[in-house]
Amino acid sequence: MSYFVDENGFYGKFGGAYIPEMLYPNVEELRQKYLTIMQEPAFQKEFQELLKEYVGRPTPLYFAKRLSEKYNTKIYLKREDLCHTGAHKVNNTIGQILMAKRLGKTRIIAETGAGQHGVATATVCALMGMECIVYMGEIDIARQAPNVARMKMLGATVVPALSGSRTLKDATNEAIRDWINNPVDTHYIIGSVVGPHPYPDMVARFQSVISEEIKKQLKEKEGSENPDYVIACVGGGSNAAGAFYHFLDEGEVKLIAVEAAGLGVDSGESAATSVLGHEGIIHGSKTLLMQTEDGQITEPYSISAGLDYPGVGPLHAHLCESRRAEFISVTDDEAMQAGLELCELEGIIPAIESSHALAVFKKKNFKENDIVVLNLSGRGDKDLDTYIKYFKL
Amino acid sequence: MNRINKKLQEDKKLLSIYFTAGFPKLNDTVSIIESLEKSGVDMIEIGLPFSDPLADGPTIQASSTTALNNGMTTKVLFDQLKDIRKTVSIPLIIMGYFNPMMQYGIEAFCKKCAEIGIDGLIIPDLPVKEYNENYKTIFEKYGLINVFLITPQTGDERIRFIDEISDGFIYMVSSAAVTGSKSTFGNAQSDYFKRIETMNLKSPQIVGFGISNAETFEQATKNTKGAIIGSAFISHLNNKGKDSISAFIATIR
Repeated sequence: MSYFVDENGFYGKFGGAYIPEMLYPNVEELRQKYLTIMQEPAFQKEFQELLKEYVGRPTPLYFAKRLSEKYNTKIYLKREDLCHTGAHKVNNTIGQILMAKRLGKTRIIAETGAGQHGVATATVCALMGMECIVYMGEIDIARQAPNVARMKMLGATVVPALSGSRTLKDATNEAIRDWINNPVDTHYIIGSVVGPHPYPDMVARFQSVISEEIKKQLKEKEGSENPDYVIACVGGGSNAAGAFYHFLDEGEVKLIAVEAAGLGVDSGESAATSVLGHEGIIHGSKTLLMQTEDGQITEPYSISAGLDYPGVGPLHAHLCESRRAEFISVTDDEAMQAGLELCELEGIIPAIESSHALAVFKKKNFKENDIVVLNLSGRGDKDLDTYIKYFKL
Repeated sequence: MNRINKKLQEDKKLLSIYFTAGFPKLNDTVSIIESLEKSGVDMIEIGLPFSDPLADGPTIQASSTTALNNGMTTKVLFDQLKDIRKTVSIPLIIMGYFNPMMQYGIEAFCKKCAEIGIDGLIIPDLPVKEYNENYKTIFEKYGLINVFLITPQTGDERIRFIDEISDGFIYMVSSAAVTGSKSTFGNAQSDYFKRIETMNLKSPQIVGFGISNAETFEQATKNTKGAIIGSAFISHLNNKGKDSISAFIATIR
C-alpha cells in the first residue's frame, strides 16, 4: 500500500481537489509546477540556506533523560519548538513563499487559528518584502491578542473572518474567497496538510525536513535511522506529516497520531476527528470530517487553538483508515498535566498542541529499550495565558 | 425533452433567480417558487444551504446560516418540494455544495430530484473531471442536467471541453469574484462576454454573479442567452419580504 499521494491527488480514497471552477486555474498551475519548482537546484539551495541560517535548522534531537527515566523508555524530543517563530510552521511558509515568488505572485494570503501560521507567514513576507493578508476568525483575534500584535508588527494586515463560527474553518473560507476574488497576483499559503491537491503533498514535503533530520540524528545517536515509535499531535496534521514522512514506508516504525479530545470524545466538546468524523469534503479535500448527518460542518473544541479543526489532512485520514498510524485522543486535562510535567522534568515549556502528544506516555506503555521520538512541534510562550488560567499560576 | 432545454429554445433572454431554501422562513420555499413563476421568471435555482459556502459572498452566506438555523435540511427541502410540479412548470435547478449531497447519497439524491421534477443541478465544488468520471451516468439515468461554471480565467481549451460535456447551458461567472460582489460591469466583462460569444459554443451561456438590476441584466444578456440574479434577490427578500417579489422582478425587465 502507498501512503504517498497518487497522480490524481488522492491518498487511498481521501484527498482530491473539490474546488469551484474559479479556483481551478490557480490550483492547476500549482499542481503542474510544484514538483518541478521544488526540484530545481536553485530552489533547493535557497530553501536549505534559509532553513539553516534563518529558521535555525537542524533542530536538535534531544534525549530527554528525566522524562525517559520516569516512563522507563528512551524518549527523544525533536525540538521544532526551537525554530524561529516558535514552531514548525515556518518550514512550510519558507517553502511556499519561495514557491510564490517563482510563480510570479506578489500578494500573499493565509488563514490562521491560534496565530502561529499567521505569524510564520507574516514573517516570511517581511523577509521577502511581499504584501501579506492574514484571515483570522473574529473570536480567535480576541483570544490570541499577542499573535495578532506580532503579525501587525511584521507588517501583515489581519482581516477578521466574520462568517459562520468565526474561527479557523471560517478564516480558511475567507482566505479561499479572497483567492477567488484575486486570482492573478495572489498565492494562498495554506498552513497545514489540508486543502485541495497539491497542497497536502506540498506542505508535507516542506515539513518532511523534520523526519529527514530525525533519521540522520538518530543514526548518529543510536546507530540506527529508525526509532520504534514516532509520536506527533494532529490538528490539520502538518507537524505529524513532517515527522512521519520519511518513516511512512518503514513498517517497523510505529506511528502515533494524537488528537485533541477536548472535554472528552463523547462530551460534544471535542476535536477527535478520527473518532467523530466520517468521510466528507472540507476546504477542497475529501477526508474525515466532523459534520452533522445532513453534511453541515460542525465546530470542534479543544483547549488548544491549533488542534480544533473539524477535518484532518487526507494523508492522516488514510493513515487512520489503513491503520498505518495509531490514533489516540487526549483530553484538555491530560494535555495540560503532560505539558506541566515536561516543564518540571526537562525545563521545556511546550505548546499545548505538543502537550497533547506528550500525554501519550501516561496512556500507553513503552518498553525499556524502545526508542520513542516525539515531535515537540512548538513552544508554549503563546499559551502562557491558557496555562496561567488553567493552573491558576 | 428536459424543461431546461425546452426553455433554452425560446426566443428570448432568460431571467433566472437564485434563492436560498429556508430563507427568510423555513416554509417559504414553495410560495417563493410560485411567486417567481407568476412574476414571469424563466428558471429558478433553489439553493440548498451549506455551512461553508466557499464561492459565496456575505449575502448568500448569511441567508444560508439563517436557513440552517431555521431547520433546513436536504430531507426537509425534498419534503417541501414533493408536490411542486402540481403548481409550477418552469425549470427548477438545485444549487448546492457537494458535501450535503454526498452525505444524502448521490444516487439517492438524484433519484429524489427526478421524482420531484427537478431538472438540473449546479454544484460549484464538484470538479468537472470528477463528475465526468464518477457521476455522469447517475445524473443521466435520472434525466438531470449538470451545469458547469466557467470564469474569465478559464482557458479556451477547457471551455471547449466543458461545452462538449454540457447538456444544458454553461453558467458563465461574470468576474473573478464570489457572489454578490460587483454592482457594475466594466470593459473586462464586456470583452469576456464577447470573447465567449465568438467561440460559438454549442451550449447557450447564462451569466451569473454581479447581476443586480435592469442595467446589469441587459449588459450580461447582450451577448448571452440569459442571466441569473441571486444576492440582489436575497437582499430584496431580506428588506422587503416575499410579498414584493413581483415588484422586484418587474424592475429587471
